[in-house]
Formats: sequence, C-alpha cells, structure tokens
Amino acid sequence: MKTTPLRFRLRIFLSSIPTQVILIIFSLVAIYPIYYMVVTAFKTRPDWLRNQFGLPNPFIFQNILDALGKGSIPLWFGNSLIVTAASLIGSTIFSALAAYAIARFRFRGKTLYFNSMIALMVIPPAVLILPLFVLMVNIHLVNTLPSVIIIYSGLLIPFSIYLLVSFFRSLPSELFDAAAIDGCSNLDTFWRITLPLSMPALVTLVVVNALFVWNELLIALVFLQNAEVKTLMPGLTLFKGHFTVNEPLIMAGTLIATIPMVLLYLFGQRLFVEGLVAGAVK
Amino acid sequence: MPRKATTTGLTFSKVEPYLYLAPATILIILVFVYPIIEILHTSVLQNTASGIKTLGPANYRLVFQDPVFWGALGNNGKLLLSVPIMTVLSLLIAILLFEHVRGWQFYRSVIFMPYILAIPVVGMTFVYLLGLNGILNTLLRGVGLGFVTQDWLGSAKWVIPSLSLVIVYREMGFGVVLFLARLMSLEKEILEAAEIDGANWWQKHVYVTLPQLSGVIEFFVVVELITMLSWVFAYVFTMTGGGPGFASTVMEFYIWKHAFAFRSPGIASALAVILLLVTSTLIILQLRLRRGSMEDRL
Repeated sequence: MKTTPLRFRLRIFLSSIPTQVILIIFSLVAIYPIYYMVVTAFKTRPDWLRNQFGLPNPFIFQNILDALGKGSIPLWFGNSLIVTAASLIGSTIFSALAAYAIARFRFRGKTLYFNSMIALMVIPPAVLILPLFVLMVNIHLVNTLPSVIIIYSGLLIPFSIYLLVSFFRSLPSELFDAAAIDGCSNLDTFWRITLPLSMPALVTLVVVNALFVWNELLIALVFLQNAEVKTLMPGLTLFKGHFTVNEPLIMAGTLIATIPMVLLYLFGQRLFVEGLVAGAVK
Repeated sequence: MPRKATTTGLTFSKVEPYLYLAPATILIILVFVYPIIEILHTSVLQNTASGIKTLGPANYRLVFQDPVFWGALGNNGKLLLSVPIMTVLSLLIAILLFEHVRGWQFYRSVIFMPYILAIPVVGMTFVYLLGLNGILNTLLRGVGLGFVTQDWLGSAKWVIPSLSLVIVYREMGFGVVLFLARLMSLEKEILEAAEIDGANWWQKHVYVTLPQLSGVIEFFVVVELITMLSWVFAYVFTMTGGGPGFASTVMEFYIWKHAFAFRSPGIASALAVILLLVTSTLIILQLRLRRGSMEDRL
C-alpha cells in the first residue's frame, strides 16, 4: 500500500462510495427491525408512545422481568428446548441410517427412494395437519410434546437424508474397503467410521434443523393448544393476545425468544452458511 | 455380522439396506404418506340426506364456487411475484460484496441476520413498523409524502404488497449468502480476462458472472417459489390474521381456517388437495435441480 500513489488511492476510495452507500442502506434496513425490538423491550410504555424510534429513556429492565414472570415464557422456553432437542436426535439418527444405506449399498428401489425424498421436500405442512390431528387425537397424543416431536422428526427427514447422502458419498471409498477387509461389519463401519468422519455435516444439519424447529408456528399452534404445553412461537402469539396494549412487554417476549438462535448464529455463523448453501453450490 | 443365508434363502446382505431405511421410512409413512391418502379420501366424501357419506365431488364444487378460495389462490400467486424482486436485489448485494469493498464481511453478517429471526418475531415487530405511526409512515411524512401514508396491513389494497415486503426483508439474507458463496468459488482468471479485454462493470457481470451463477440462481428461485406456496402461514397469522376481511388469506391459512375454525374437514381436505397439486408442479423443477451432479453416482 505504501508505494501506491496517493491520487490512485483517492480514486479507489471515491469509486467505492456508491457501493458503500448502497450497502449501508441495505444494512440499516436489515438491522432496523432488530434495533426496534431491542430498544422497545427496554422502554416504559409512555416513553414508547412518545418516542418510538430513539433509545430508551429511562432504560428499564422491568419488561424483561415481567415477560419472564407474568406469562409462561420460561415454561414455553423449556418446552421449545425439549421439542427441538428430541426432534433433532430422532430425525438425525434415522436420517443418517437411511442415508448410509443409500450412499453405500446397491439395492432395488434406491433411486426411487432418493427421488421421493427430494419430492417430499416440496410438500406444504398445511396439507398434512388435518389427518395428523385426527390421528393424534385418536392415539391420545394431542396436547402433548411427543405429538409435535414425531411430526417435526418426520418433516426433517427428507432434507436430512438428502444432505447426508451427498456428504457420505464424498467420503473416500478406500476407508470403507479397508474397514471391510479388517472384518468390520457394515453397522460397525457406520458407527465407527462414517459418523465420526461426518461430524462437520452432522453439526451443520443440526444447526439448520434447530432453526426450523425452534421457529416453527403452524404445527405447534395446531397440536399444542393448552397453555402449559405450548412452545415459544405459539406461546408468543398467545402472550401478544393477553398484553395487546403493552407493546414494550411484547417486544421483551420476542427478544427473549430470539436470543437462543442469535447465540447459535454468533457461535456458528460458518455452519449456518454451510448448511443453507449445501446442495446448491457444487 | 457375518453374511449368513437365512431360511428363506435371502442373504442378510440383501436385507441389510432395507433395515437401515426402516425407521426413517416408518416416520415418512406416518407423517407424509398416510395424511396424503387421508386428504384424498376425505376430499371426495360428501354428506347425503340420509346421513350416510358417499363418494362425490361436492366439496370441490363448493370450493370452486367460493370467491375466498380464488382470492387465496390469487394471493399466493401475487406473493410469487416477490421472488424475482428478492432474487435481483440479493444478486446485486452479493456482487457488490464480492468486489471486496471495505467491511464486506461485516455487511454480510448484518444482511444475513433477518434470516435467523423467527417469522412470528419478524411478523410481530413489523406490525408496529407498518402501523399508522410506524417508521415507514414517519419516514414518508418526513420526506413530504404524508399523503401516501397508510395503515399498510389494514388496507385490502396494500396488505399483500406489504406482506411481500416483509418476506423479501427476511429471505434476502439467504439469497445474499448463497450467491456470495458461489461467487467466491468462481475462477478469478475469467473475470480478469474480461477486464483486460476492456469490459465495463455492467458487461463483466452480465456476460461473465451471471451465466456462471445460473445454477445457484435456479436453486434459490425454486426454493423461494416453494416458500411462497408452502411456508407463508406464519407471516399471515402473526401480521394480518388473513384480513382485512379475507384480503390476505393464503391457501395454507384457508386450509387451517376450514380445518380448525370452521370445522369443515371435507372443504379443508379439498383445499389441501388443490394446494398439493399446485406445489407438485414444482417437484419436477426440484428433481431436475437437486439430482444434477448426483445422477451418475447413485
């Protein structure tokens, strides 16, 4: 840089101004609703009415305490954690087994099976909810967490199989030959070689699927109707109904619900990006 | 496990892959196959005077005579129009970031943020931002356009464009990250060659960059088309409740209404079958796209 003539550096700087302006505008638009949610959560209601867009004055913590104390947000938060963890464990193990069969075996119907998984990724959940609801009523699972855990696990399987098949196929086949020669059974090869080597793909899959389950509304709304079994997203819509006239309290609720995904994002930004891009960029 | 012949003459190794597929397949049948068969069946059951249900097209006849159904289908159609908008904007931002302006990594992180927010959270926040005294109207008044201010989500005319705006807001983050990832994997030599040959910024990107991105653009467009038909319930539920009137009712929302508020399973099933048929057209696109490089290897 030291040897670059000043005039040249100035020209580069000037030519980047339009780009910077566009990027700053888009960044402000992207960040503004988040800023609004955060500052509103720390305002009193009179302050919010007077001054919607500025910083809180006075800055209060009461909304957060009320959101945690008055509604059932801690309970719903816990339910969301249970549902997310259970759905991820179920769908990941089942999908990994199926993807292993598709990636490593020759068998009749393999292409059809894999194509069906791709096709199922298109099916809207709204199409499935009514028969599933009747089924869950009949087996007495409606209004229990297992109902949504089963449904989420099923919904996640097509994408998970798709992602894992492409990863498993990319592992070097010499490893599997060597394992076979050493007398490893296929199931051993799956547990001891395929899964440990696939940790990056598995972590990516878990992160992307966690985002889906944590944020899902429709299924949670239909299957968890009692307040004590609700997860966070339908819980928040209920919370909003109860406190319609206390906007800062509602924003405190949405802020609390957002924190886990923001943390996941901050610690695993690379994983998010890899998971979302997987399958698209070859 | 050793490969032993079983009594039926099948070898274990023949059965083994099916055993691995079994747990996933059972869940798939429970969550996808069984409900689809059920809605197909329920949609063609009709009540008769004697109280016995018979097969017949009554539910479909009622649906096709229902203006709200056509409105809902039309609303999904209008939402599809936001796909080209978000694609072009995401491409523009991704290309600008790719040119390694100062702070591009920071911009990328910020512009991606909305995508990790839950749709209900986005929806509940935008209800305030698009309200009568929200930021949009305040900005409009600030620049002397006070006469166009609206209750954006309360106006039958503006509610769908407003929903589109919010959807574009959230989905753009995904587009930018996706396109940028592909751009960074391109070979630099081709772009440098174009520059040496005297191509300007516009020519360079339209003739050299974009053709190389065609695969990932197609991917994004198909994913977003699916989103507009199959995943907009949460936006509508949290922002408008399908209103004003039925002005922002979409297919998913109308199925849910008929199934759980109006308690008419026959109509809900007929609506679900229609939505299923509409989305099925995307399966062909989806298959073409996702199979791609895997064709030869399976």
